[in-house]
Amino acid sequence: MSAALELRGVSKRFGGLVATREISLSVMPGERHLLIGPNGAGKTTLFNLITGDLAATSGAIYLFGADVTRLSTRARVHRGLARTYQVLTLFPHETLLHNVVLALLGMERGLHGVWRPLSRRIELTERALSALTAVGLAPSAHRIVGETAYGERRRLELAMALAQEPRLLLLDEPLAGLSREERERVRSLLEKIPRSVTVVMIEHDMDAALAFAERITLLDRGAVALCGTRAEVAADPRTREVYLGV
Amino acid sequence: MSLRCSAARSLPALGLVLLLAVLPFILPGPFYIAIAHQILIYALLALSLDILVGHGGMISLAQAAFLGVPAYVYVGLSARAGLSPLPAALSALAAGTALAGLFGVLALRARGLGFLMITLALGQVVWGLAYRWVDLTGGDNGMRLSARPRPFGLDLGRPIPFYYFVSVIFLAALFFLRRFARSAFGASLRGTRDQPRRMAMLGHHVFRIRWLAFIYSGFLGSIAGVLFALSFRFISPQTMTLQQAAEVLLMVILGGPGTLAGPLIGAVIITLVKTVVSSYVARWYTVLGLIFIGVELFLPEGLVPGFARLRRRLGAALLARRRPA
Repeated sequence: MSAALELRGVSKRFGGLVATREISLSVMPGERHLLIGPNGAGKTTLFNLITGDLAATSGAIYLFGADVTRLSTRARVHRGLARTYQVLTLFPHETLLHNVVLALLGMERGLHGVWRPLSRRIELTERALSALTAVGLAPSAHRIVGETAYGERRRLELAMALAQEPRLLLLDEPLAGLSREERERVRSLLEKIPRSVTVVMIEHDMDAALAFAERITLLDRGAVALCGTRAEVAADPRTREVYLGV
Repeated sequence: MSLRCSAARSLPALGLVLLLAVLPFILPGPFYIAIAHQILIYALLALSLDILVGHGGMISLAQAAFLGVPAYVYVGLSARAGLSPLPAALSALAAGTALAGLFGVLALRARGLGFLMITLALGQVVWGLAYRWVDLTGGDNGMRLSARPRPFGLDLGRPIPFYYFVSVIFLAALFFLRRFARSAFGASLRGTRDQPRRMAMLGHHVFRIRWLAFIYSGFLGSIAGVLFALSFRFISPQTMTLQQAAEVLLMVILGGPGTLAGPLIGAVIITLVKTVVSSYVARWYTVLGLIFIGVELFLPEGLVPGFARLRRRLGAALLARRRPA
């Protein structure tokens, strides 16, 4: 069985700055993988390399056994990749429902028509509503994103990614900035993601992240410092060293 | 309830159809009827530009090319090659649309100011060609069309039939744009305007969406171009100057980008100032400038969205006054 995600010696340089250095990593299908590391370790840069937002300076990226290093973001998404953003990246003037509908439209392969009103595409609306229902946002479906609370927007990010029925989901700090209640809510949503979806997550909330993840990669200054099972990484002195500098 | 809602939404459209229908009987003479159809032609051009500006967030200074090039093709094929009107018009539309495809490929390599500069350059290149390639275009002297066609015995040479001819095409284009704005493509285009990177991450083909917006915009603009040729029966490089391109953009910005009524109202105001006010006021450019400054200061989002906002505020204020009683 080929890995859901495989990185082979992926480096990214911005001029003289090395953001990621020779990163090799393999995530098996169905795995819950956690990326940790101090600020500036290159975690979000690595996500941007996997999605194709940034082009790797060297190395190769494989999704489900296929080399996608030279493919566009869009082509990778159509191979089953989805992500959420640490900094919310939504359509603030539209309704929650419309945001999810845009996510669904992105998965359609043909050209979008200019004649048929979007509101009459009942099947899209229904699928979007069920995606919102899954994250508990159905009652807010027709509200404008800009008028909703931060916690709701975080869940909308998740609903948009899940509506695309990805095979590999990248979650960039899905719990950041949430209240304790909201955090519990999102945690239970994450638990419910089916095993057919491989999840790679960046998260600073260690309790939640450690409970969720099976394997952990510790990044430090753009390189893999450590990679192993939850117990191995938690027990390793280097984890403490990187995080606390002792 | 829903019936009343949809009726209320169609009310402005119905009003516009009625207004356009009775206008020739209200206006004092052929001169004003001609101004009315010119307004509709410019409004169509402004609406076509609004696909890029309002829905796509792409500010272009090349739209005058879609007025000029199809007009040149139409007049050239009719007057010089002796083609009959329908094939000449279809060729003109095809040429304008193809030009839009080419412009899109070139301009979409950049965003923001770079995009603006490339469209400016493209518009100037086309203007320069028309001006310098005298053998083909007649240079500064332009080209003349001997007469307007008579499709199905309808004499478009007379002011009122031609006015209705333009009105029907304009209303059809307006109806198309209304559908366009509510369609899946319209939604995707606005998505690429607001969050292009997120759209790519959602699987959308951002370049293709923007390029198709150019095609639709160029096609609609080319319809205005053919009507322009029929209206003036004359085409010269003057039609494609930077000033003309800027005027169309001002129509969109003045009326309010991303709305259907905005570019229409912008076209009404600017064309009226240019043609009617200019016969009374020598410094009509000053008048236009003052209008523009006033709108930008007090209703920066454009007249149509601006007045909608004022009305909402007024409504809220009235409601607040009534409540204590």
